[in-house]
Amino acid sequence: MIVSVASGKGGTGKTSVAVNMALSVGNVQLLDCDVEEPNAHLLLHPDIRRTEPVYVLVPLINEELCDHCGECAKFCQFNALFVSSEKILVFPELCSSCGGCTLVCPRKAITEEKRRIGTLKFGAVGDLTLVYGELDVGEPMAVPVIKAVKKQIENNKNVIIDAPVGTSCPVIETVRETDFCVLVTEPTPFGLHDLKITVQVLRKMKVPFAVVVNRAGIGDKKVYTYCKEENIPILLEIPYQRKIAELYSRGVPFSLEMSEWKEKFQTLFSEIRKLVEE
Amino acid sequence: MKQLTILSGKGGTGKTTITASLAVLARNAVLADCDVDAPDLHMLLHPEVIKTQEFKGSKIAVIDKTKCINCGLCREKCRFDAITEDIEVDPIACEGCGVCTIVCPENAITLAERVSGYAYISKTKYGFMAHALLSPGEANSGKLVTLVRQNARILSEKENSDLIIIDGPPGIGCPLIASVTGVDVGLVVTEPTMSGIHDLKRALRLLEHFNVTPCVCVNMYDINKDNTEKITRFCKENSIEIAGRIPFNPKVTEAMVNGKTIIEYSPESDVAKEIEIIWKKLRSSLKSGKGFQSHDRIA
Repeated sequence: MIVSVASGKGGTGKTSVAVNMALSVGNVQLLDCDVEEPNAHLLLHPDIRRTEPVYVLVPLINEELCDHCGECAKFCQFNALFVSSEKILVFPELCSSCGGCTLVCPRKAITEEKRRIGTLKFGAVGDLTLVYGELDVGEPMAVPVIKAVKKQIENNKNVIIDAPVGTSCPVIETVRETDFCVLVTEPTPFGLHDLKITVQVLRKMKVPFAVVVNRAGIGDKKVYTYCKEENIPILLEIPYQRKIAELYSRGVPFSLEMSEWKEKFQTLFSEIRKLVEE
Repeated sequence: MKQLTILSGKGGTGKTTITASLAVLARNAVLADCDVDAPDLHMLLHPEVIKTQEFKGSKIAVIDKTKCINCGLCREKCRFDAITEDIEVDPIACEGCGVCTIVCPENAITLAERVSGYAYISKTKYGFMAHALLSPGEANSGKLVTLVRQNARILSEKENSDLIIIDGPPGIGCPLIASVTGVDVGLVVTEPTMSGIHDLKRALRLLEHFNVTPCVCVNMYDINKDNTEKITRFCKENSIEIAGRIPFNPKVTEAMVNGKTIIEYSPESDVAKEIEIIWKKLRSSLKSGKGFQSHDRIA
């Protein structure tokens, strides 16, 4: 089973929920797909056993064959190629690696070369394995790194995926083809507003989901009213407690210090399994 | 005209709360909400929309089923797995690259423009605001950010405003890059947690990469004073100004529930007072145009 953990609003506790759940359930592979700002390793303190660069393919021009006809630039939807009568320029950071330019070039002057945009890191803590991606600073495109992380999925494990924040392409790529998505929110107007947007995205993607309310007790009750009206199950509430916030600030998953939570996260996982198998 | 972007790397550190407060204090700045996939600034500033624009940021493949012979070449050549087994376009996966249109032997596929969201120009009590909303599941938020920033620039020229305050998206990828390129100062809002520190460092490296003057504000600094000290030391070592340290105060959430900025809701609170100090420092730094003066620095 593959479970993703997401939220439209940042800082609601995605990583906390993903990590505490991963530590409470056995046979887990945790994937951190928040490649712009990966944080799961800061709570898990894993031994990093191996790293691997992530590459994308970008056009490589054979200047001897190129006659500056401009077909490639005309085709490219991402403005990654510029052709004038004397020269051709590639803007690799705009390239989406579709490969179209290699197909349209009438002189077969374009091939592809690898360009590094990030790193994959493989770590472990006990029997828990962690794979996370790290986008190089200054690189705009997170999606290829997310794809590289997701390629590492081991289907015989309980896979938990920590998603990036927001509702656009990186989140969609992460949540795509997962069996279930846990939406972490907080009971505040911002939390609710961003939850509603995320719910629309998940419904469009046809990924089943439920809500975990973090920092219960702050804000107002509107998240609860909304979930009731929309028939969205709330699987767990984590109260706002200064102790939890302090443990998080020091990089300690709270279920390790507050043992009653281990069972609650196990229950959360088995309820998700029930919902997936229904 | 100067531009200030509020960013954080890590989400939920208080960007929007601080942006909205700065908007109140600045008076007559133009505001730009560049968190286009989950914008929240409007919930504190209550803009009245004057103009709505369609955002056509990308294209989508459209298959003419009367011409399609189900040869599957489009599916084979698509690198985004956007053509299903039944040779239908998956709108969520399609990047609009057009490879399918050139490999189709029957010319059955064309690219059509898609409306991926809306950009708005609005009026608030505290100045004009450019904002947007990406439609659920759409891509290209970076391009929409660029459109919001263009709108903000036009507004500031029309209104003779000398400052644009930009609420940035979380992360350090494409939409954030689009929100910081060419701005004068980037205020990184962080929190004293391990993740906050980690993400702060990446955000600062990004600002350096794009030549933007950085400064830092530690929100909820009293949640972990040791970590606040670490952040202070790190900034000092790297000659980065700490514009302020905001204490944790439940009134911030109360203000949000009431749809108000903390400056309006509780002007005498410790949080409001600290944000006023931050604003004064930002203002002088933006005016001097050289980043922070050394006498501004916290010893």
